[in-house]
Order: sequence, then C-alpha cells, then structure tokens
Amino acid sequence: MRVLASLTALIALALPVAANAATIAIVGGTVYPVSSAPIKNGTVIITDGKITAVGANLAVPAGAQRIDATGKIVTPGLIDAYTQVGLVEIEAQRETRETSSSNRIAPSFIPWDGFNTESVIIPPTRDDGVTNVVIAPSGGLIAGQAAMLTLRPGNPRSLLEGRLAGIVVQFDNPQAAGASSRGELIGKLHALLDDVRLYAANRAKYDGTTLRTLGAAKADLDALVPVVQGREPLLVDAESVDQIESALQFARDERVKIILVGGAEAWLVAGDLARAHVPVLSGAMNNIPNSFSTLNSRQETPALLRRAGVTVVLVSSDPGGDSHNFNARNIKYEAGNAVAYGMSHDDALRAITLTPAEVFGVADRLGSLSPGRNANVVVWSGDPFEFTTRVEHVFVDGRELHERTRQDLLTERYRTLPPAKKAP
Amino acid sequence: MVARFCLVVALVFSLVGADANAAGLGALSTPLADPFPSTYAPAQARTTLIRNATILTAAGPTIRAGSILLQNGKIVAVGANVAAPPDALIIDGTGKYVTPGIVDIHSHLGVYAAPGTSALDDGNEATNPVTANVWAEHSVWPQDPQFPRILAGGVTTIQVLPGSANLIGGRSAILKVVPSRTVQGMKFPGAKYGLKMACGENPKRVYAQRGPSTRMGNVAGYRTAWIAAEAYRRKWDAWNTTKTGEPPARDLGLETLAEVLRGNILVHNHCYRADEMAQMLDIAKEFGYQIRAFHHGVEAYKIGDMLAAAGTGAAVWADWGMFKLEAMDSIRANMALVDAAGAKAMIHSDDPNGAQHLSQEVAKAMAAGNALGMNISEEKAVRWMTINPAWALGLDDKIGSLEAGKNADVALWSGDPFSVYTKAEKVWIDGALLFDRSDPAQNWKTDFELGFVRPQGAGK
Repeated sequence: MRVLASLTALIALALPVAANAATIAIVGGTVYPVSSAPIKNGTVIITDGKITAVGANLAVPAGAQRIDATGKIVTPGLIDAYTQVGLVEIEAQRETRETSSSNRIAPSFIPWDGFNTESVIIPPTRDDGVTNVVIAPSGGLIAGQAAMLTLRPGNPRSLLEGRLAGIVVQFDNPQAAGASSRGELIGKLHALLDDVRLYAANRAKYDGTTLRTLGAAKADLDALVPVVQGREPLLVDAESVDQIESALQFARDERVKIILVGGAEAWLVAGDLARAHVPVLSGAMNNIPNSFSTLNSRQETPALLRRAGVTVVLVSSDPGGDSHNFNARNIKYEAGNAVAYGMSHDDALRAITLTPAEVFGVADRLGSLSPGRNANVVVWSGDPFEFTTRVEHVFVDGRELHERTRQDLLTERYRTLPPAKKAP
Repeated sequence: MVARFCLVVALVFSLVGADANAAGLGALSTPLADPFPSTYAPAQARTTLIRNATILTAAGPTIRAGSILLQNGKIVAVGANVAAPPDALIIDGTGKYVTPGIVDIHSHLGVYAAPGTSALDDGNEATNPVTANVWAEHSVWPQDPQFPRILAGGVTTIQVLPGSANLIGGRSAILKVVPSRTVQGMKFPGAKYGLKMACGENPKRVYAQRGPSTRMGNVAGYRTAWIAAEAYRRKWDAWNTTKTGEPPARDLGLETLAEVLRGNILVHNHCYRADEMAQMLDIAKEFGYQIRAFHHGVEAYKIGDMLAAAGTGAAVWADWGMFKLEAMDSIRANMALVDAAGAKAMIHSDDPNGAQHLSQEVAKAMAAGNALGMNISEEKAVRWMTINPAWALGLDDKIGSLEAGKNADVALWSGDPFSVYTKAEKVWIDGALLFDRSDPAQNWKTDFELGFVRPQGAGK
C-alpha cells in the first residue's frame, strides 16, 4: 500500500498528464476542430489529458472544470513545423547553439539530445498558442534528424511525438555540402543511398570483410535505411525551379519520400509537386529575390500551391517571416498573411495544425480537436490570426500552462520609470 | 537634330551655371557644397480625390467617411466634405483607409541590394572603425528590386544607412521610393543628411583584432573622433568668416562630423542596451550635438524618461529579439512604453520584408500596449509609422501627416491598416500614383527584374 502510494506520487511527478486527471469542459465558444466544420456554441471535453468529446450540445460531466469560452474561438494548439526552438537560445552566442553536426553527412545526428528544456523562448512561444514545433538541424549536405515535439515540461525525449519527422537534406548550397555543383551534390546522395541499400541487404555481413567500403559510418547508414525503405521522408531544402525539379527527379530515381522545405519558386512547378504528392513547407511573407535561387519568391506561394492541389504547411522559418526562433510564436501571423495573399482562412488554419500533423504522421494525436487526440487546445479572444486577438488559455496534454515569461517580468519591472530599487 | 540642339543648350547652360557659383572646373571645392544634388522630379500627377474613406491623418482625430484631395503634388484639403475639381480623378474609398505614406528610417535598400551576393554587398565600409567619410548614397543601386516591393507596402520615404560594423559608419541617404536611373533622382530634395553611429557588439566584434575590442574601446573611439571634429570645425568656421588666405585642408570625414556639431546633420545611433544609450547621450552632451534617434533600441523602454528629457527618439522593432545578447531584453510593449514616457517612438525595419509590413508591426506594438491597459488609439499608432519617423529625419514639415500643404505622399489601404488581412492598394508620392495593386502591368519593375523575375499577377 505504502509502495503503491509512493509509486503513484512518482508517476504524478514524472508525467504531468497523470497529475491532471481532472475533466475540463470548454463551453460556449466557436470551436474549430479543423478535422471537421466549425461548431458554434461548441463544447470541448478533456479527460485525462485527451480530448474525449467535441460537439454542439454536449452535457458537461459532473465535477468538470468549466472554462467559459463564450464569444471566443477554440482551436487545436498551433504547430510551427520547421524551427530550431530549444536548439538555439541566443543566435549569435555559439555556446547556445545545438543545431549542427560537424559532419557534412550526418543522418544519424539527433539534435534533440541537445534540446534546452529550460529555454526562455519556450514559455512565450507556448503562451502565444504554439503547443508543438518540429525542430530541424541545419548545415552540410545531410544535416540530421528532425522531430515533432510537444512543448510540455519534461526531459527532451518525453517531448517527442511519433517517429522521426524526417532527415534534412539540402539542394540549395553545393558549397556547404562539400560539392562544387548541384550535379556533384546529387551524385554524392545517389552514391550514399546505393551504399545504404547494399548495407540494408547485407546487415549481417557488415561487420565482416565481405562488403566494399561504404560512404558513411554505420550509424549514418542505419539512420538512412528507413528512408530507402520509404518509411521516413527526406526533408529537402530546394528553392529554385531547377532545384525543385532535381529533387523530384531524385525522389523518383531513388523511390524515396520527400517533403519540400523552402520552395521559393515552388508556385512555378505546382502541378509537378501536386502530381508527385510532395508536401511543401512554405512561408507566406517572403517576396525578396534574395539569391539567384529565389528570384521568383512571392507571398502568394501558399495560395497558388493549394490551388494546384499541393499539401501546404505554413512555417515561420522562411526568410521574410519571423525567421528568428524567438518568433516561432508568430506563426499565426504567417497564416494571416497567407490569407491576405489568397489562401482561404480554413486552409491557413489547417496549414498550422492538422496538415503538419498529417505530413509528419502524428495526426492520430495532434493537430485537431477530435476524440482521442492529445488535449492541446487554445482559447482565443477572437480570430487567431489578428493582432488584436489575445490568447486566453493554452492547454497542453489537458493541463493549462501559463507562466510569467522573461518578457512579462521585464515589462512589469519597467512599467513605471524609474524602476523600483527593490524587487520585482 | 532636335536631340543635338538640346545637348548644346544643356552644355551652355551647365557652363553658365558653373561660372555662377564659382565652383567646379578645377575651381575651389568647398566643404559645405552639395556635390551630389538631388535631381528628383515628381512623376506625372493627376488631381485626385479619394472620398468616403477612413482617414488616419497622423495630425488629429480619425476622419470617418472623409475625403482627401491631391493636387499639384500636394495635399490640398482633408476633411468630411471636400469638393472635387472638375478634372479630378475620383476614387471611392468606401471600406478603405487612407494614411500618410510610411517612413522607414532604418533601411539598407540599395546598399545591401538583392540578390544578396558579395557583388552587391556595399553597406559596411568595414576597413576602419570610423568612416565618417563615406556616404551611403555612393553605394545605392537604384535597380535594387527591393525598392518596388516596399513601395507596395506603403513606404514612400526611407533613410538608407551604412551598416553597423563601424563606430561611425558614414552619411545616410534620404530617398523617395521612386524609379530612377540614378540615386540623385531618388534623393529627397532639401533633406538633411543623417550620420550613422553604432554601439555595442557589432563594432567590437568586427574590430576585435585591431580594436576597438571592448565597449570602453568603442567609447574612446567616438570621443577621439569628436575631439578631432571640434578642432576641424573651429578651423573652418574661422576661415569661413574671413575667407582670406589659404583655406584649411579638407577632410571628408571631419567635414561630416563638423556638420553634425553645427546641427546640420542628424545623428542616428544603432544602440540596443539602455545603459549604452545613456552613455551615448552623455557623449553627445560632452561635444554639444543631439542624437536624433536611437535605432534598434530594444531596451529603450528602460530609459523612456531619459530619452524624453534629451529630446531623442527611439526607433524600434515590434518583437525582434534574442538573436544576440544585447537583444535579449526585447519586449513587445517597448514602443508603447517609450511613447507613454513622452519620447518620440517609431517603428523601423532594417529588413526588406519587415519594411513591407510596418503597419502590421505597429499593430503588434499597439496590441502589446493595449494588453497593459494603455488604450492606444489608431490615431496614436499611425504616428509611429508616419509623423514620428518623419520628425526623426527632420522632414515633419513636409511629410508624415495628411494636412493641407504637405507633400501628397499617401497610401490607400484595402481596410484597417492594422489588420493582418489588409494590403496597400494604391500609393502616391508627391501626388503621382506609383503603385496600384489593381494594375500590375503598370507597376514599377527594376532593370534587374526584367527577364530574371517573371511578371506576377497582382495577387488576390
């Protein structure tokens, strides 16, 4: 009995969800489940950290904590699906960066082993309604592994959702990849995937001497096996029309799944992307021809891709949006701008909730308000994309999370000048 | 034949002109001359009346269902009822908003042109920590494709600054966002130059090997430069009163600094931290100049009272931060708190994308202030992107508000400019319609874009 009690206490400490066994009913708001049509005067019921019911005329279970959302908007927690939140604290301070491997080919690099759970960027991000981020490494030819995280308290591994989001590869910068041209870059990738296939077919023999010398270490070959088997995608950074066509050709040749990242000129090859069923992670606020591979960059890209039937995920990491990690919190404004430039409001909301959950294979737990999903829920004072709207409640795994951020503390201290000599 | 005749006339005229001011042709060059004069001429303007719009004047209360008349490059009338002259083009502003053209006092357009290659990397003369001798206009590429993009964001006047590698980076250029073959054709006639100075991390990082490598080294560097400038100014001022004997030797850098001391060039100081801004204010006092505005004043909210007392403005972002140590205390209420302390607060971009969304950045700052219960009106917020930055350039008598007699720099918005869904529909500079979202074929394409960038539809 004593043992059981302390075991329960231990579990309660380790798993915030378990500590939150209460039932919560969010009532009276306009609910956007995203997986289905909006519900006026809807109710969202959360039990044990999961969404258990969503609908128009639901009875509030006895004893449930009641959140009045009358006149407000209720959505799933937002997902910024390409960030370095928790990997970079202060960009210019090298010692706070955990984004890169020293190898140019680093498919086994796991950035979240360096994830900073105490990052001061996480609370303001979450306070602004972003409950999930994909964190992605950068650098080299193959930067490493990307993963979907929930911004819940806990150690880095307990933040992970699902399998790998993918392995990050770039087609935009041969020099950074250790090649002199894109042709050479692609040749390196083909040779590497040949080696991965040979390795996968001869794993038992690998430690012997029968195989030829392979182009990557065992851990890196292992990491790429699910890619050549079509179980995990490559996240391919390609910008120009010709880079994107190269990436599509590469995917056909190697029969691998790819997700396009960046895609400044993707709107010019939208039909090809739609036919190849390649999703695109795009911003909506960049129209600067800031390199020769982004000459036709434009703000209408997400809308034009959607119109052509391409799956679009909106991300803030594209230049032009708030590319700083500090402003992953502004993903909602990227969505608002996508609407200003032609995307439907429904599509834009989906592009920062359910679509990224689907693209990264975690729609069974994230991205929508439907029974069985993790209770990542945000209550907004109005349209989530508008500047005048405030976030009123953020639930992560059914637990309302709010802490005073560093920004809150500074604001409080300097609200009247001169500041008090004593705390705060 | 006609062309040749014109050429001859022009040649004769220029010789006469040269004689008249006794300069050029190997004559004496003078420190206070205007060697790269503005050749700006307004584009063809049509008398235009916008009516039934919500007008944010930046000079007074919002005018609902109001009208504004643009004629001969000027604003002629703004109000509830304005009669249309018979020749006026009438634009129905129902459901739309009108604001002054946006003024962005921190731009690097033209000096860091797109595409961002080393060939166009002309913003930092990072060869010496004090380069007061350089002028940003000599780096500006008028074919930078970023210019038409910010015009489409409602921006009509910009200050192009040298970068922040140097303690003293050089003269700024005040430009109208207009197509031109030359930078002279973009220069705002009569605008005072600015001087770029920079605090903190950038100079000490860039010059870590040769110095300054510390913040105290930075301050020694500014003071050394001003000491030299004081002596130079005295020497030239003395000679200018008598104009006898051999004039003192010219020094381009000291000329610029002496003009600051005479009050003819306005100081624009990149400075993140509150404590450093306070030190810069003391340096300004020591040498008797004014700092017109701190830029990137991420911590300006900590010293809003001191800024108000010094008459120094703060140009800030809405919510950039954490990208370097000196930017880590960024708060969204910065602009609202600076304003509430009585100092001139304004938005700035430092970024070609941000410059296209300055009204959205102001909307963020307004929301942050309102979240603190400050009740910031749109009348106040519009000033943060118009009349206040115009003041920072010393041009608030010409631009920055919608009042009779001011230049007709005007933006017509599809709705509330502080909504994420709103876009500039039409933009006028000196009464000339230079951007029209409904007519993409007519819109400005730089030389660079021809062939390289495909024509795009207007978007939705």
